[in-house]
Amino acid sequence: MIEGRNISKSFGDRLVLENVSVSMEKGQTNLIIGQSGMGKTVLLKCLVGLLEADHGKVFYDDREFSKMSFNEMKEIRQEIGMLFQGGALFDSLTVEENVMFPITMFTKQTPQEKLERANFCLSRVNLQNVNKLYPSELSGGMKKRVAIARAISMNPRYLFCDEPNSGLDPQTAHLIDELIKEITIEYNMTTVVVTHDMNSVLEIGEKIYFLYQGKLWWEGTKDNILYTENPELQAFVFTSELTKRLRPVKGVGG
Amino acid sequence: MKFLFHFGRYLSLLRLAFQRPEKQSIYFRQIMVEMENLGLASVGIVAIISVFMGAVLAIQMAFNIDTPLIPSYTIGFVTRQSVELEFAPTIISLILAGKVGSRIASEIGTMRVTEQIDALEIMGINPATFLILPKIVASMIINPFLIMMSMLLAVGGGWLAGIFTGLFPSSEYIYGIQSFFHMYDIFYALTKTIVFAFIIASVSAYNGYYTKGGALEVGEASTNGVVYSSIAIIFMNLILTQILLA
Repeated sequence: MIEGRNISKSFGDRLVLENVSVSMEKGQTNLIIGQSGMGKTVLLKCLVGLLEADHGKVFYDDREFSKMSFNEMKEIRQEIGMLFQGGALFDSLTVEENVMFPITMFTKQTPQEKLERANFCLSRVNLQNVNKLYPSELSGGMKKRVAIARAISMNPRYLFCDEPNSGLDPQTAHLIDELIKEITIEYNMTTVVVTHDMNSVLEIGEKIYFLYQGKLWWEGTKDNILYTENPELQAFVFTSELTKRLRPVKGVGG
Repeated sequence: MKFLFHFGRYLSLLRLAFQRPEKQSIYFRQIMVEMENLGLASVGIVAIISVFMGAVLAIQMAFNIDTPLIPSYTIGFVTRQSVELEFAPTIISLILAGKVGSRIASEIGTMRVTEQIDALEIMGINPATFLILPKIVASMIINPFLIMMSMLLAVGGGWLAGIFTGLFPSSEYIYGIQSFFHMYDIFYALTKTIVFAFIIASVSAYNGYYTKGGALEVGEASTNGVVYSSIAIIFMNLILTQILLA
């Protein structure tokens, strides 16, 4: 479980996060949703330690991450996998080398063992015959899948995904969502996904945190998000014609 | 104030970069790769500039020492001295600041804006050590070889200029380049080269490492890397000359 308690973060005079507390459950996909500029990615970066919160604490299974030294943090980070918005694959390395990179850095496995693990991770994300390609030769969806393969290469306990579906066609986006959901269950990971894609919310949102103007505005699940009475969340959820059709009729359901 | 802010941040980045690497064998390999990228890839440009620089120097000397009172071997001597003391270590380092510095700043800057540096950090790898240390070490190892090559080629360029223009006899030029040779001059030139190599790699890396934004900012970081490392080279050139030759 990952817990963030009373996290606040500002950039100069601009308060981006105000007293946000979240609790990300193990074995579930936990979603942070909200409009652009509401502090979703900042919250994710505070949780993962890429940004230092001005106030508040972060716990990884009761280990206080925000208080740790650089070396202690390193140990936890080896238990973390992260999927970045653009994939963040290393341009100078091939697909295979990208996936093997964390294994090479932190284990003493033989080249054969590393290759086997890389091939396993790549097959897990349904990628074949791309081992020797460079990131620049891959499509957006393939890059995301390679990034997932790299993220799971060290059997992480925690998986963070920043806008995993951005820039992808609906089919590929669905595939990525399914993949995140499957590996979360398979590895019993604590998965945190930042998204503003309603399809993802309704597909994988086992626990959802809605941020609005830097504050935690609502929390719930995909089952009750459609029945929300919160006007800001309603405005966020029922924007497209498709989601408007999902809007429950008053007095029915929820 | 702004200078102090950047200088302080530059020093703390260096402190981060000079930490114990996670896996030394990987870093050793990285140093080899960087020596190829930053050093061997610059051999061509250094060679061309050096030959022409030496040739122009020798021709200018020949035109300026147009009196029987000064022996013609002076052309070889002055060409060698100029190349050895200043042209090879400083001018070639300035050229390398342009070529290598922009490469380092844009490479690291692009990695920053595409979140590759964040990815390293998330994996538990110190990105400053992983990205910057091998570049600094590689530059400090390979640049002295480039500068020595530059010295030889520039002196050779001067000799070729003499042969093709007929402005001075080859034997006199060769006698000149062998005259009054002091090993300390080479020590001085290589000391400067090593300091300049450190400046080029570290200042450019600093500019790339703290890039924010997108393509425009990467370009800006690349330009700043070249400009600031060039200024630092010129400034350190004065200080080192004062310390080592005064």
